[in-house]
Amino acid sequence: MTLDAKIPQGPLAEKWSKHKFDLKLVNPANKRKYDIIIVGTGLAGASAAATLGELGYNVKAFCFQDSPRRAHSIAAQGGINAAKNYQNDGDSVFRLFYDTIKGGDYRAREANVHRLAEVSVNIIDQCVAQGVPFAREYGGLLDNRSFGGSQVSRTFYARGQTGQQLLLGAYSALNRQIHAGKVKMYTRHEMLDVVTIDGHAKGIVTRNMLTGAIDTHAGHAVLLCTGGYSNVFYLSTNAIGSNVTAAWRAHKRGAFFGNPCYTQIHPTCIPVTGDHQSKLTLMSESLRNDGRVWAPKTAEIAEQLRKGTLKADQVKEDDRDYFLERKYPAFGNLVPRDVASRNAKEMVEEGKGVGGSGFAVFLDFADAIKRLGEETVKAKYGNLFDMYYQITNENPYKQPMRIYPAVHYTMGGLWVDYNLSTTVPGLYALGECNFSDHGANRLGASALMQGLSDGYFVIPYTLGDYLAKIGPKKVDTNHPAFEKTKQDVIAHVNKLLSLKGTKTTNEYHRELGHIMWEYCGMARTEEGLKKAKGLIQALKADFWKNAIVTGENEEVNASLERAGRVADFIELGELMIDDALMRKESCGGHFRVESQTPDGEALRDDENFAFVAAWEFKGENQPEELHKEQLTFEAVHLSQRNYA
Amino acid sequence: MNLTLKVWRQKNAQTAGKFVSYKAENISPDMSFLEMLDVVNESLTHKGDEPINFDHDCREGICGMCSLYINGHPHGPKRGITTCQLHMRTFHDGETITIEPWRAEAFPIVKDLAVDRSAFDRIQQAGGYVSVNTGGVPDGNAIPIPKVIADEAFNSATCIGCGACVAACKNASAMLFVSAKITQLGLLPQGQPERYRRVQSMVAQMDEEGFGSCTNTGACEAECPKEIKLTNIARMNNDYFSAKLFREEEVHEQGH
Amino acid sequence: MSEFKQTLNSSLGKKLIMALTGLFLCTFLIVHVGGNLLLFNNDNGFSFNVYANFLTHFPPIEVIAYLLYLSILVHALYGLILTVKNRKARPVRYAVAAKSDASWSSKNMGLLGSIMFLFIVIHMGDFWFRYHNDKTMGFKEYRTDLATGETKVSDYTPANAEFSHSVSTENNVEVVRVKDLHARVAYSFSNIIYVIFYVIAMGAVAFHLLHGFQSAFRTLGWVHRKYTPVVYFIGTWLFAVIIPLLFAAMPVYYYYLSTQGAH
Ligand SMILES: Cc1cc2nc3c(=O)[nH]c(=O)nc-3n(C[C@H](O)[C@H](O)[C@H](O)COP(=O)(O)OP(=O)(O)OC[C@H]3O[C@@H](n4cnc5c(N)ncnc54)[C@H](O)[C@@H]3O)c2cc1C
Ligand code: HEM
Ligand code: SF4
Ligand code: FES
Repeated sequence: MTLDAKIPQGPLAEKWSKHKFDLKLVNPANKRKYDIIIVGTGLAGASAAATLGELGYNVKAFCFQDSPRRAHSIAAQGGINAAKNYQNDGDSVFRLFYDTIKGGDYRAREANVHRLAEVSVNIIDQCVAQGVPFAREYGGLLDNRSFGGSQVSRTFYARGQTGQQLLLGAYSALNRQIHAGKVKMYTRHEMLDVVTIDGHAKGIVTRNMLTGAIDTHAGHAVLLCTGGYSNVFYLSTNAIGSNVTAAWRAHKRGAFFGNPCYTQIHPTCIPVTGDHQSKLTLMSESLRNDGRVWAPKTAEIAEQLRKGTLKADQVKEDDRDYFLERKYPAFGNLVPRDVASRNAKEMVEEGKGVGGSGFAVFLDFADAIKRLGEETVKAKYGNLFDMYYQITNENPYKQPMRIYPAVHYTMGGLWVDYNLSTTVPGLYALGECNFSDHGANRLGASALMQGLSDGYFVIPYTLGDYLAKIGPKKVDTNHPAFEKTKQDVIAHVNKLLSLKGTKTTNEYHRELGHIMWEYCGMARTEEGLKKAKGLIQALKADFWKNAIVTGENEEVNASLERAGRVADFIELGELMIDDALMRKESCGGHFRVESQTPDGEALRDDENFAFVAAWEFKGENQPEELHKEQLTFEAVHLSQRNYA
Repeated sequence: MNLTLKVWRQKNAQTAGKFVSYKAENISPDMSFLEMLDVVNESLTHKGDEPINFDHDCREGICGMCSLYINGHPHGPKRGITTCQLHMRTFHDGETITIEPWRAEAFPIVKDLAVDRSAFDRIQQAGGYVSVNTGGVPDGNAIPIPKVIADEAFNSATCIGCGACVAACKNASAMLFVSAKITQLGLLPQGQPERYRRVQSMVAQMDEEGFGSCTNTGACEAECPKEIKLTNIARMNNDYFSAKLFREEEVHEQGH
Repeated sequence: MSEFKQTLNSSLGKKLIMALTGLFLCTFLIVHVGGNLLLFNNDNGFSFNVYANFLTHFPPIEVIAYLLYLSILVHALYGLILTVKNRKARPVRYAVAAKSDASWSSKNMGLLGSIMFLFIVIHMGDFWFRYHNDKTMGFKEYRTDLATGETKVSDYTPANAEFSHSVSTENNVEVVRVKDLHARVAYSFSNIIYVIFYVIAMGAVAFHLLHGFQSAFRTLGWVHRKYTPVVYFIGTWLFAVIIPLLFAAMPVYYYYLSTQGAH
């Protein structure tokens, strides 16, 4: 099978307009004859469901939480980018496109990224019209801030709760369609499989998480909007329920998985306090605008700090190493996420980590408080300081914060073409669930943009083309493929329920997380990855022998839900390792120790690795097959990122 | 620290429930309340017992999924936070903690400590939106909104739909939740065209769900993790009476 | 019209009725306390009896009085309906009582209202009902010398049973003959049990209105950064302190007089 990204012909800036014109339309009267299944109601799913409902399609939407409003998009803090150039500071569609391609370390598709930058402006208009209360200036117009080291102020925000407000906007649009009867919402339903007929996706199998009922749903197309898989690392900034199950089961039914090893590690998270830790909390990147990152100069001082015999504010100026400022004088504390994260990790590995566990460096506001005054600092970061205090019981106005990187986002995901179609016709992937437009590293404030772009402005066009081509003939769950897939799911559930071993699924998950973080995290080596592969295979075998799953299917059963997700994470973990092993270059958040410049920076290998890795599932316990989508760059010139 | 938990266990809405006591041992004060429950659940699972079921997801106070009525307080004794943000250092060694589900006719129990809050969704579906289709909207800066109005609308918009207001209210009234949405959209220019219609349909749905009515006691405001203000309720009342008594604005449907 | 009924039947509509009737009763309280202050006039009940007579015989006030009775009934009825409905909204109670910050009175409006209702029934039975129906209630004749302004008082026995009151002037002396409610008041307030009940009821009024007055404004949707504090101030000082204190002072004062044997 050859990969065809279906990138339209023509000049970059005209591709999308031309493509929209070339796409087939569904006659308005025919739209109600099509049933669309949407799994996930985060930004991507809710916006798609609302828009397709408005257009007249019959939509069935699913989510595993008790309400669509709780999708993990709700947790995004910082903001959403758009090339509005409201600040007159030189922004443009092309600049946003360029920054995104470069930020992604030249591993994203030009055409997709340009389209993203184009529609970014419509997203803001749409959200404002829905009543999303973006921050405003006194004059009543929208406010912007600069984010993640970007040189223009193009980030729209709603205090530290941008994701929440955007999701509530999409949720309200979704609610309107539910009320109108165009969308039927299924909450507390988990999708467990995709049904394919003659190679086309025609439906899904779900488990009702209240009753355990395993049901089938038929549709002309299935849209997966199920978010990212950062939780493969066990600890991440994702919600506890975020999982890869939907994407993974689709992968097993033929959808290729793109760049699985591309994960983003966010530098400013609150460090782990102990083994009980269930998740990590992100603190907005904006903290690095005024905070200075440092670690003690020597391991001895670090040791004293860890033991508590020395307090951070007692460390003499000369004994502090402001390592980002030292190594990257031009950007200082504002280097991109991947660089900041990797350097913190290095400090810890050199024995200079602080905090009880030793897995932390300092983010110090003493200078900022001296320079700006406590009031100004409070006005800017008050809510973040409060949050830090809530969690750690330490006062960041008096003591420097402790921070450590944490997994935050997965650029990898189901491979999709320009139309957001996976390799299974009729099966689409939107939002963080697809392998996305962010290449090897995502810029701050662009995931929200992508989710909404996919849902509001891309899929309504591209899906219509597919639907017009297949015609409105009813899809019926009586087709034997539905029963067959349902039986597969029931067998899988029963197999999980039969596990009455000695270790909880949570313990397996934590172990998987340790392996992934250690060997497939910020820095990777061939040797480590090979070792990790063995460890994961052993873990998988052990899981199916010794895990404990309590209860039965016909009830609310969190143990069963968890077990299914952990089992899928373990399989995904192995694929991530394979992908990381294959990619011998360093790029974006993916640092291969074997591939670095003389001064220790990430070294890309454009000649051999300027491609998207798309993996094809070949059967249980079989090695997956790699397909390459070569990336070609016409509008940008590939250069080594340099922040020194 | 070591604690005794008195936890409400109930298989489902149909069967009767009861309190069961558990020991929570070696609890670190740095743990969050939910992590403490995780520890208890891990040990229950090891014994082959059914773990305690509770709702949670983001664990950072924003998704509104977590609940729990802890020692007489929804989301525990600290103000302005959710249960997932509550840390065990708030409690002392040897304490007995009673954990109950949200109690309201409109929030039937799902299992143990989890309840069904879909009534909230239905209220939002009844009218908690601005009716604009995707595309064809004016430029984001076409409608200037005074900063104070935008900020005030934002305060109302921060509601996470957790239901603590209902849990705290002696009347199990949902008015704080409902009024927050009505106020957010009622303050903004975008929400004006449907302002009086919205309030009528959302209140009608709220009544249908079987929530109690507000006596302005303010327990909701005191327990709301997002500190949504009681003023929202007065705003909703004002809009409602204004709609019903002085405006011939019909509701899009008569009842349901 | 059905639209109107639907409005009043909604949860907010019921609250509207509570608030409007409640506020109407509040205005009545002001009038009532003002009138009753005449009891403190040391004039053998002249002004008080005349005032009582005026209230019962001036037609517009009679209309308002019936409105008032209706309000009390409607207010109490809706209070009951709402309380029952609110209890039903939480069929299973918490094992641990709520510790949320909320004033005691706000949580006990039903209880306070019930005390008040009981009080109103007894109070009206004792004074209002007797005033209207008790044929044995005595009359007083007040003779005021218009030149000196001096008033003399004596018992009066009407010639026929239908007599209610009369005002006439004879030789520069104004003669007013009215029912002697004042005597009834003095009699009732010499009973300590009655006085205690009265004082408790006024306590209930205080707490009911401490929450109720401002609550009514919230219910009506009248909150404002600037004016809501004024409402709180009035609710607290006028309605929860001054008015109940004045009302409570009357029985206490008369009880005190009775122990002094002043009559
Ligand atoms: C803490 C944090 C902060 C962030 N801050 C920013 C920021 O400032 N700016 C920015 O641009 N991005 C940010 N991001 C990234 C961004 O929030 C996410 O990438 C984006 O919201 C993902 O949206 P989504 O719609 O793809 O998925 P999600 O919002 O994760 O939604 C997934 C949906 O799928 C459903 N689902 C999943 N699996 C199943 C299944 N098997 N069956 C049924 N339903 C299922 C879920 O119920 C849910 O509805 C942040 C992320 C995190 C974690
Ligand atoms: C007859 C006996 C009475 C009963 C049983 C009673 C009962 C109640 C109850 C239960 C409430 C709370 C209702 C709610 O907020 O939903 C209430 C509110 C109120 N009551 Fe009374 N009451 C009585 C008499 C009075 C009197 C005599 C007054 C005034 C002098 C009064 C004034 C008020 C006011 C102002 C409110 C607030 C209304 C609101 O919150 O909107 N009540 N009453
Ligand atoms: S108003 Fe407050 S307590 Fe009620 S649902 Fe919203 S956030 Fe929760
Ligand atoms: S788990 Fe999301 S708010 Fe508590």
